[in-house]
Amino acid sequence: MRFLVRRVGFLLIALWAALTLNFFIPRLMPGNPAEAIMAQYHGRLNPSSLKAIEAAFGVGGHQNIFVSYVQYFADTFQGRFGISTSYFPVPVTTVISRALPWSLGLVGVTTILGFVLGTALGAIAAWRRGRIFDNVLPPVFVIISAFPYFWVGLLSIWLFSLTLNWFPTLGGFTETATQAWTWGFVGDVLWHSVLPAFTILITAIGGWILTMRNNMITVVAEDYVTMAKAKGLKPRRVLWQYAGRNALLPNLTGFAMSLGFVISGAILVEYVFNYPGVGFLLLNAVNSEDYPLMQALFLLITVAVLLAIFVSDIATALLDPRTRSER
Amino acid sequence: MRFLRTFLRGLAKSWEFIRRDKKAMAGAIILFILLLISAFPSWFTPDNPTAYAYTPGIGLSWAHPLGTDSFGRDVFSQLMAGTRQSVMIALVVGFFCTILSVAIGVTAAYSGGVIDDVLSLGTDVILVIPTFPLVIVIAAYLKGASFWTVVFVLVITGWSYGARQLRVQALSLRNRDYLLAAKARGESSWYVICVELLPPMTSLIVANFLGAALYAIIAASGLQFVGLANVNTQAWGTMLYWAQNNEALPAGLPLWALAPGIMIAIFGSALALLNYAFDEVSNPALRPVAKKRRKKALA
Repeated sequence: MRFLVRRVGFLLIALWAALTLNFFIPRLMPGNPAEAIMAQYHGRLNPSSLKAIEAAFGVGGHQNIFVSYVQYFADTFQGRFGISTSYFPVPVTTVISRALPWSLGLVGVTTILGFVLGTALGAIAAWRRGRIFDNVLPPVFVIISAFPYFWVGLLSIWLFSLTLNWFPTLGGFTETATQAWTWGFVGDVLWHSVLPAFTILITAIGGWILTMRNNMITVVAEDYVTMAKAKGLKPRRVLWQYAGRNALLPNLTGFAMSLGFVISGAILVEYVFNYPGVGFLLLNAVNSEDYPLMQALFLLITVAVLLAIFVSDIATALLDPRTRSER
Repeated sequence: MRFLRTFLRGLAKSWEFIRRDKKAMAGAIILFILLLISAFPSWFTPDNPTAYAYTPGIGLSWAHPLGTDSFGRDVFSQLMAGTRQSVMIALVVGFFCTILSVAIGVTAAYSGGVIDDVLSLGTDVILVIPTFPLVIVIAAYLKGASFWTVVFVLVITGWSYGARQLRVQALSLRNRDYLLAAKARGESSWYVICVELLPPMTSLIVANFLGAALYAIIAASGLQFVGLANVNTQAWGTMLYWAQNNEALPAGLPLWALAPGIMIAIFGSALALLNYAFDEVSNPALRPVAKKRRKKALA
């Protein structure tokens, strides 16, 4: 119970910090970005909407900062994020909800796949300690994980799309296709997602391999694993049921965190492939100075990550009693 | 003075270790070469990297080892000239992140009580706020961020992971006998922290520096690539920006777009290899087993 209270407390504090950050960043920046926002809206909005935006970005100086701070919290909790300037007059929430499924699909699937594959490979590497598999795999993935992932995207576009002509270069679907739940369109979407998915997978998998291998190495040295081996259990059973399950626990937090990041999409990969997800939307918002959209996206991503961490903390505590006593 | 000596001894030990580990040695050699290029770029640039002087868009040749871009600039010279800024951003961010991590993590662990609670809470909050989106948002307001602005943004978003790790290790050392003995002798806190507490943490501190530098080179190149940093400077990320915005890949100039990425990857790999090796120092369980066995057999 005490643990739960602590975690909820932390969640609330982190949420408050993120919201406050989001509130103060535009105010602390030089060159008064708020004026630019107001200029963009000029003559396009009615006075009451203008007032809400003034509150959100602190323009004009005639409004007390505490008043706008409270106003900003009220607006945020009611989901009033204003109107996108680059997709004017579509509300920010609508713009985001169009991009969200693309990121959830692409990054969600690759994140889960990367975690499962990486964990399995890492466990096997640790199990076959010192053999060729373990000597080759970790260093290779240490090097691959140091590659900028957007560059891996550029490389795969050049190799698989432009040179070999196997896959389309850009976008999430063929522009001329009608968007509907038909086999043709779904196939087209999958076809377009192969290269971005490959890019995310190849750069994400290394981290899972290394952390799982490192956890596994300490777990394999534990007495209960020796005991299980001594009992003459099948090696495969000891590997997965005894060692693997315990070595997996510390990684669950990381996995939950990366699930939270699914919402943000793989920002630079989506940018490289012009993939219509949340990350691409964020960069587009930045380039077209669509600050309301940008701020809402940042909040959405942050809240998703915070909630994911919260859930993982609770799950870890349920699965692993050792963590409950800690702080 | 005493602190300097223990620090130098720590560095000497690190060097001793790098010499024996193949992975670390490979990383150190690459890093040395890149530092040499950053220090004396003109030794390595056969042509003026900013001159729009040659036939645009030629491929591999003796005169232009990596061809020219579509503005007629020599790609190889641009790579060499861009090394300095890219390497410097990584090292400077790594340096300041490490300073902040050590200061906050060790202060929290050493002081305990309310100070620890407040600092740990702050660290954890910064840690869970998604870094790259935050960096993008800040950079978006700062339009065309300069070198120091990029450094600033990356440092304030990059220190928390290290601070947490260092705090945990400092906590585990805090109540060791030799620390308590130093305190009982009436040594000042500064002395206890710098001479007794920090030296055993050297390998973790170095690993943190390398991790922060790796984060910095990838994040900074990403910012430059999408045009959120000043793109009119010489760096690998800005080369990628110009290549991407001039359709280098479809235009049949893959070297222009791929070469800067390879440089970032080489630099990143050097940092990652060193980091991996230092991870093995701070966690002896991870050290390669096969080698030890062989040595024993020989002896």
